[in-house]
Amino acid sequence: MEVLANIINGASLGSVYAIIALGYTMVYGIAKMLNFAHGDVIMVGAYICFCAVSYLGLPALAGVLLSVVGCTVLGIVVERLAYKPLRNAPSLNVLITAIGVSYFLQNAALIIMGSDPKSFSSIIALPALQLFDGRLTISATAVITILACVIIMVALTLFTTKTKMGKAMRACSEDRDAAQLMGINVNSTISMVFAIGSGLAAIAGILMCSAYPTLMPTTGSMPGIKAFTAAVLGGIGSIPGAALGGVLLGIIEILARAYISTQLADAVVFAVLIVMLLIRPAGLLGKPVNEKV
Amino acid sequence: MSKFTDFAKQRREGTKMVPVPSVSIMPERDLGRAPALECLHLGIDFGGLKAVDDFNITVGRTEICGLIGPNGAGKTTVFNLLTKVYQPTRGTIMVDGRDTAGLDPARVNRLGVARTFQNIRLFNTLTVEENVAVGLHNQHHCGMATSILRLPHHWKSEKYYHERALELLDIFDMAGLADHEAGSLPYGAQRRLEIVRALATNPKLLLLDEPAAGMNPSETAELMENIVKIRDQFQIAIMLIEHDMNLVMNICEGICVLNFGKIIAKGTPEEIQQNDAVIEAYLGKQKEVEA
Amino acid sequence: MGIKALKPQTRSTIITYAIVIVAFFAVTVLDGMGFISNSLSGQLVPICAYVSLAVSLNLVVGVSGELSLGHAGFMSVGAFTGVVAAGCLTRMGVESEILLFVAAAVIGAVAAGIIGFLVGIPVMRLRGDYLAIVTLAFGEIIKNLLNNFYIGVDDAGLHFSMTDSSSLGMTQGAILINGPKGAVGIDKISTFALGILLVLITVAVVLNLMHSRDGRAIMAVRDNRIAAESVGINVTKYRLMAFTVASALAGAAGVLYAMNYSTITPSQFDFNQSILILVYVVLGGMGNISGSIVSAAFLTVLPEVLRPINNYRMLIYAVVLILVMVVPNTKIYQRLADAVRSKLRREPKVPVAAAEGGEADE
Repeated sequence: MEVLANIINGASLGSVYAIIALGYTMVYGIAKMLNFAHGDVIMVGAYICFCAVSYLGLPALAGVLLSVVGCTVLGIVVERLAYKPLRNAPSLNVLITAIGVSYFLQNAALIIMGSDPKSFSSIIALPALQLFDGRLTISATAVITILACVIIMVALTLFTTKTKMGKAMRACSEDRDAAQLMGINVNSTISMVFAIGSGLAAIAGILMCSAYPTLMPTTGSMPGIKAFTAAVLGGIGSIPGAALGGVLLGIIEILARAYISTQLADAVVFAVLIVMLLIRPAGLLGKPVNEKV
Repeated sequence: MSKFTDFAKQRREGTKMVPVPSVSIMPERDLGRAPALECLHLGIDFGGLKAVDDFNITVGRTEICGLIGPNGAGKTTVFNLLTKVYQPTRGTIMVDGRDTAGLDPARVNRLGVARTFQNIRLFNTLTVEENVAVGLHNQHHCGMATSILRLPHHWKSEKYYHERALELLDIFDMAGLADHEAGSLPYGAQRRLEIVRALATNPKLLLLDEPAAGMNPSETAELMENIVKIRDQFQIAIMLIEHDMNLVMNICEGICVLNFGKIIAKGTPEEIQQNDAVIEAYLGKQKEVEA
Repeated sequence: MGIKALKPQTRSTIITYAIVIVAFFAVTVLDGMGFISNSLSGQLVPICAYVSLAVSLNLVVGVSGELSLGHAGFMSVGAFTGVVAAGCLTRMGVESEILLFVAAAVIGAVAAGIIGFLVGIPVMRLRGDYLAIVTLAFGEIIKNLLNNFYIGVDDAGLHFSMTDSSSLGMTQGAILINGPKGAVGIDKISTFALGILLVLITVAVVLNLMHSRDGRAIMAVRDNRIAAESVGINVTKYRLMAFTVASALAGAAGVLYAMNYSTITPSQFDFNQSILILVYVVLGGMGNISGSIVSAAFLTVLPEVLRPINNYRMLIYAVVLILVMVVPNTKIYQRLADAVRSKLRREPKVPVAAAEGGEADE
């Protein structure tokens, strides 16, 4: 039973990683950049929700909505101001810019909200699920997180395969120049990807803080790195890969915490990533790219 | 036809071709010596597609051999197989009598195969001289510690690289460009530099992938002269892919025609020009043309 | 005659050394005259450490062309090994501070070099962003492991444990590394002069390597891997060489850094530290050694200068970082730069850039 409980908790944490990893992977796929500021959008999302509920006294759902809208706008603004001018710059310059954005968001949060951790009260006020005569307890947060991840995955898959915008997005990931020649507005497509990714990051931030309620300006950075790891593990650029990588990573982390060592859990997670990449250099669901000679 | 027609004809008078084209087209002077290159049943599959199949060829030690065929016939793939950029699915490649099975591109180069690329691949941020010095990498050794400590041997090595690089650049009159960045050179000079860099590795077989692409007629004429000059001076075999038929028919002693990954003809330039299969591959069937 | 008559390579080498030496004398003189504030003079050794780190990372990122996000990991390996080595040597009765420092730096460099080599063997099979994420992962693993190291020294020798300090079983002697609390009771033997010496050595190693047979091979692999292979260069060997040398140099810089404080903790050497060093390299220019020196020094001093506006200094730092990257890519800046350049240039360069397909990879 304990193992099962751990796996479910792992899947729940993994779902959060997966939702964040989706943002990483979609942005990478279309803009070919590692958006290191993505982790901090999670933090911003959680703060917005926190402020809306605790200070403004809004209902939880309104907090979530406000947070999603806020992060979506933030994502678009950041992309327009910081990344768009660098469309044709070397990828490392874009990476450094993303790091600058990350520092900016963290320090802005530090100045506005202070460095003391805020206690995030879970927005999910449902009783925990009792199974097998109470031998297995699953928190409502875990259930909702996993459900949210599944719904988002299905919605995104439908979006990218069925809608015109989604197809444009895939075309841009495949070949930006060719897509442009086919009349696709590349700039607005990239903006849209940042908008979706950031909106999802807000949801991930709220879900994560519901399960782990300390909220600080640096809250987003470690989950950000882990989610990035998850995206690479699943094969960066692949949407199902991000989901698979995220869930796997969450389960491995929780199991390592429970059965190996609390302190070494992160080391185990990263070691798994390295071993996986050595076996499958393009990630679990990634396509190996061969250079044409 | 240019003056090189006569030039090439003169050249060929001294080399009697072996009469049966499908067996071997090696020049007589190379007979009795191990061939520079021998391929037996070489092939590679991409997915289900047989990109190259049953490729057999023997290239003499000082032969200039042409590899021609319509676009997409698999010519560059053959070069990629010979240099092990792709690992063959089947067949053997013998370079100077030695099997290259299991070797990587770097080892194959050390065995004696050097190449240029269809889309120029220079070390763009290095100078022209440094590009050639990189080609000389395995001709002269100098360890990392020696270099970092600037021991006397390091300076001796640098002198060697410098002098040898200029010597090689002189073949194409490029010594004056030695300090220019390779990426900033004009197109034709880049193509020539690639050949010099390949020569620097002291090859037994030089593979040229469309050396005349993008060159104007006078540059091409000069190139033809230089290719023959290189063969004579270095006594090496040269295999080239080229769409410029004037160049191919004039300087190649043996020609191999590829279509859909298979050899459809081998022989001397005269034989190839009259070969029905070749004409068909390039022009389509006679009837279709009329219709 | 004069400096303009030299080859550009020689000229830039001379300028690079000159920057370091002039900076050393300028700072020493200014310090003697009392012009350097306490907080800034406390930064002198860290500046040297960061300059060394930036120069060594430039060997990987700029010269070898591989994105590494785990440089701080190798720095910490050097720092902690150096601290342990110095602790042992002190106990063995070595008193000369210079000797202690040199021994610690050499041991730290060797340890970091070995770890770099071992990490590099699997990592160098990967390319591009996958390599970046794996170096990041290794950096985090090293930090995580060091958080669980307990090392002490007494008359019986070294003691090691991965559970806690009490399990070291020591009754006397000193605990050198105490898990997450890090290395404690370090002798602060780093000096500015030693720092400059290390910078000079690092610069010499990197520049001498760059301008040699092996360095050309490393740069050839960066410029065009397939072409490098085609001229007989063992690609993995040279990527690994750059990575290992850079790791060793980072280790030595780690020792310099650690020996400037009485305590260092593993969590100081995290992902953000690696990123900080990467920022120096990118800002200074890829493969540009003097650029790395200047940008590392400048960006280490910047937060100090901004100290009066304490709350906003990191925010300003972030804005500066973004602007430095974004502004050169804006149209207005490019037009201005073109105008300035055409005024300054007397004659156009001789060769014309290849118009067709020179840089195409397909």
